[in-house]
Amino acid sequence: MQFMLLFSRQGKLRLQKWYVPLSDKEKKKITRELVQTVLARKPKMCSFLEWRDLKVVYKRYASLYFCCAIEDQDNELITLEIIHRYVELLDKYFGSVCELDIIFNFEKAYFILDEFLLGGEAQETSKKNVLKAIEQADLLQENIDFQMRLFAGSRDTAQRTGGNWTDINMVHIIIHLPPTSFICQLLYVADNNSNSPLSTLNFTVTHTHTQLCLCFLPLFRDKQCSTVWLISC
Amino acid sequence: MSPSVPLQEMIRAIRSARTQCEERGVIQRECAAIRAQFRQADNGGRSHNLAKLLYVHMLGYPAHFGQMECVRMIASPRYSEKRVGYLGAMMLLDEKQDASLLITNSIKNDLSHSNQYVQSLALCTLACMGSAEMCRDLAPEIDRLLRASNSYIKKKAALCAVHIVRKVHDLGELFAPAARSLLAEKNHGVLHGAVVLIIELCERNPETLERFRKVLPDLVQIMKGLVLSGYSPEHDVAGISDPFLQVRILRLLRILGHNNEGASDAMNDLLAQVATNTDSTKTVGNAVLYETVLTVLDIKSESGLRVLAVNILGRFLLNNDRNIRYIAMTSLQKIVGTDHNAVQRHRGTIVDCLKDQDASVKRRALELSLALVSASNVRSMMKELLLFLSSCPAELKAHAASGIFNAAERYAPSQRWHIDTILHVLTTAGGDVRDETVPNLIQLITNASELHCYTVHKLYRALLTDISQVSVSNQSEIRFVTEDDVLDALETVLQSHMSGPLTACLSLHHFTTASRIRSIVSIYGSCIDVELQQRAVEYNALFKKYDHMRYATAR
Repeated sequence: MQFMLLFSRQGKLRLQKWYVPLSDKEKKKITRELVQTVLARKPKMCSFLEWRDLKVVYKRYASLYFCCAIEDQDNELITLEIIHRYVELLDKYFGSVCELDIIFNFEKAYFILDEFLLGGEAQETSKKNVLKAIEQADLLQENIDFQMRLFAGSRDTAQRTGGNWTDINMVHIIIHLPPTSFICQLLYVADNNSNSPLSTLNFTVTHTHTQLCLCFLPLFRDKQCSTVWLISC
Repeated sequence: MSPSVPLQEMIRAIRSARTQCEERGVIQRECAAIRAQFRQADNGGRSHNLAKLLYVHMLGYPAHFGQMECVRMIASPRYSEKRVGYLGAMMLLDEKQDASLLITNSIKNDLSHSNQYVQSLALCTLACMGSAEMCRDLAPEIDRLLRASNSYIKKKAALCAVHIVRKVHDLGELFAPAARSLLAEKNHGVLHGAVVLIIELCERNPETLERFRKVLPDLVQIMKGLVLSGYSPEHDVAGISDPFLQVRILRLLRILGHNNEGASDAMNDLLAQVATNTDSTKTVGNAVLYETVLTVLDIKSESGLRVLAVNILGRFLLNNDRNIRYIAMTSLQKIVGTDHNAVQRHRGTIVDCLKDQDASVKRRALELSLALVSASNVRSMMKELLLFLSSCPAELKAHAASGIFNAAERYAPSQRWHIDTILHVLTTAGGDVRDETVPNLIQLITNASELHCYTVHKLYRALLTDISQVSVSNQSEIRFVTEDDVLDALETVLQSHMSGPLTACLSLHHFTTASRIRSIVSIYGSCIDVELQQRAVEYNALFKKYDHMRYATAR
């Protein structure tokens, strides 16, 4: 695939993914012309058109047009299936997706596309696996959104995300959290290989930028700590 | 400086702008805030700022000042920032930008990250916008990942390798061994990636193609498993088990079997099986059948299989779905030379498609119809084609006209018919006829000497209708046309600025010795239109030379 465009019936671009190197100017020109051409087509017409020297496959879902430019030797019918699969993925992720979802969460639409297609080719043919991967990545993002800064000593602003803790007596953990109230569980991973938490601590967070000062002296001494995770439950 | 608002609020604000001017105002304010934020130290909202900028970029506004921020974000240890940073890189940095090289090192580090989702970001970005230089740099890393990683990473590494090979062809050799071993995997994502990679390698290097013929039995095995296996919920699409993988394997089989008897034989049974067992009631089944047909027709398949394939295309032609009819004609076009008789059997349906509403379908039908004209069917085909010409879309007229001329030239049953056809085309689509066909036409008309009167009559009528828009109702009037009448008409033609050089040339050519014509022609010796002027001068020279020849004119 050379590129994929999503646009509304008024010609507003909602997503553009380019798999070939083109200048911004060229991209704009192609987009403008192709959008015009596709919007001029009548409803019952063929989903395929030859435009310039490309094969274009498009399909309309509700108020959005999904438009792909494929190579000469690519199978047009399977491209329709690829478009359909992407729509199904969006639908499953957003729960009955509509254009507004894609507008307000455009970056998520990209993340999903990037988990389904890579370099213009399908990378995963199982719907379930794509959705699982997105879920995991989202969880990962949420975790690290809870920014963890590990200080050594008292007010040292040096940032640490790992290292040998044998010389630490007290650890200040500052947690920046979104403005919601939930119960958190603090786990830590002892080393790179073991995933079992050596200790957990429950606490409730009700404000943003809550600063928690925690003493882990007996827990962290003599242990190599590489990652600290904070998950919501 | 106004505080920066969260992403969704900004989107809302932009959308509620009532005019383009208002929208620009909102965006300018936001961009200023974003710029200021970029300059500040890390404040926790970096990913949101960049996301806002990317939204603004998608609306068409400049965002190049975000390029360095992307580079910084990619280098961040935080996944949320990396995620948006890489997205930004794919949107704002392409290989033509210098800044793209700056992320090579980050990508390299992230390819070896302990977290597979970080590795995934790096792989995705490299496969999307990696330049040749970056690809060369990171190819060994990708090869390593192809061999020693989990399925999630392997499938991505395979497609990344595809991109690398497309950018730097020589690196194909590097990935061949790993690609081969990937075929033993069970994971469909990895298999799919492996097949795409092998296709890429075989297409670029004939030696690699030779070596990969050896894996044919494995491919056949995998394909059989997909076609004959029971329902597999994870990969099922409307009753077809992993159609994406099936289509890919079929494409690879096509490449391996092309021009190779041994390979073609080995896949014969499998292809027959796929062709007969695949359910064709839904598009997805037809997608697989389509690929199967393309493969059968491109390898050295046995005749029975070929007939089966063409029959499938025949069925496609009768399908209600326009898309299916379209691809059927595309495929038939490819074989109309080699399997002409088989395609002829479907001529009726193809000609019907000339009347389809859709321009794409019309175009395909036109191509195919022109290719199907033969000595035995030329009269009926031409009738249909001329009918088509009178109502066909503007962009197809020129092509249709020259196609008709060519077909008429090859298969004309008589000269009179030929001239009729030509004149018909000229009157229907004269303005769209390509200039290079003119000399041929003049030659033709000149050669058919016994038909000159006939031709002149028809030309005269054609010219009249062209200019006056009034059809010659009484055919019998033609019998009483005198030389002077014809010259009157021609003079009108020449004086009318609407007539193109073509009409003028044709009309001039038939009256090379009439003296009155000479006077007309000499006037046009200084005509503004260069072509007319040229013709006029040429004919003047001709007149002087062949003055003694008296030419029988219209009776």
